Amino acid sequence: MGNTSHGAHEHHIIPLKTYLQVFAALIFLTFITVAVTWFDFGAFNAVVAFGIASVKAALVLAYFMHLKYDNMMNRVIIGTGVFFLLVLWFFSILDIVTRVSEQSTL
Amino acid sequence: MSTANHGNTHSVRHHAHHYESAEHEHQSSKEGVWVFLCTEILMFGGLFVAYAIFHHLFPETFKIGSKFTDVKYGATNTVVLLFSSLTMALGIYYCQIQQQKKAVISLAITILCGFIFMGIKYLEYSHKIHLGLLPGDWYAGNADMIASEIGNLKLPENIGLYFSFYFMMTGIHGIHVLIGMGLIGWVLIRTMRGEFGPNYYTPVEGVGLFWHLVDLVWIYLFPLLYLVE
Repeated sequence: MGNTSHGAHEHHIIPLKTYLQVFAALIFLTFITVAVTWFDFGAFNAVVAFGIASVKAALVLAYFMHLKYDNMMNRVIIGTGVFFLLVLWFFSILDIVTRVSEQSTL
Repeated sequence: MSTANHGNTHSVRHHAHHYESAEHEHQSSKEGVWVFLCTEILMFGGLFVAYAIFHHLFPETFKIGSKFTDVKYGATNTVVLLFSSLTMALGIYYCQIQQQKKAVISLAITILCGFIFMGIKYLEYSHKIHLGLLPGDWYAGNADMIASEIGNLKLPENIGLYFSFYFMMTGIHGIHVLIGMGLIGWVLIRTMRGEFGPNYYTPVEGVGLFWHLVDLVWIYLFPLLYLVE
């Protein structure tokens, strides 16, 4: 990187070691997410599984996709997408769990 | 290596005239990719929300349907995709530090991982099709073969609904893997031609972002289809 005499703003280069550590963490979390299915947390099974998935997703976004060292704009863009997805999810679930079926025989 | 490199050493790439600088061009291109990834999240997200709704309406269908996915295949494919994300990131890294040969090898391994992923997908799909576990109205499950697979469980009438989600979600994801492999092939050829180096590697970075998103979607698909009932 020393020979970049171009004068342009230099990009942050994540060291090789960091990439390998992130990969090791991702593999470890994959093992954990499979291992926790050997135990039954009842209704929290899904919460645990998707919680671990979200940690993995955060690692990929921050390091592999360089968001940790990127400008704020790209974080806002992806955050907006995730936010509106959660809005869609939240109101859909709110609707579906509060419905009273008209054909209910109970 | 640097003396044998014809690409970046003597031909400084000029940015398009509507950008102030090469850096401005790089940042704008990347921002465009992120906006595209945002639409991808909303598209896959719609499927995840639909899954949540129907899972709530027909819990039994999804509970029994999920018995047909094999966690061994799912976990293997997860590791394959995570590894491919690492090699993709390394492809960009080696472009950044002007190591053309290593960049090419990293990108080639990434494509190879794509093939392995699709190969395992093929095994899973062909097994399901063999059992007649097809989406929606096409469902034509062979009772004997199913019984030997999951035991004598009474299948819900709308079990095809589960396979509609299974094939639609993994199918659209699989198409993304194939497109990603094609795109990586494209930047691989350009890397071999010496077009990329520390000063210019925007296409590799953009394709990399897309590939990581495909990995991100799988990170959520894996627990959804293979782990949680």
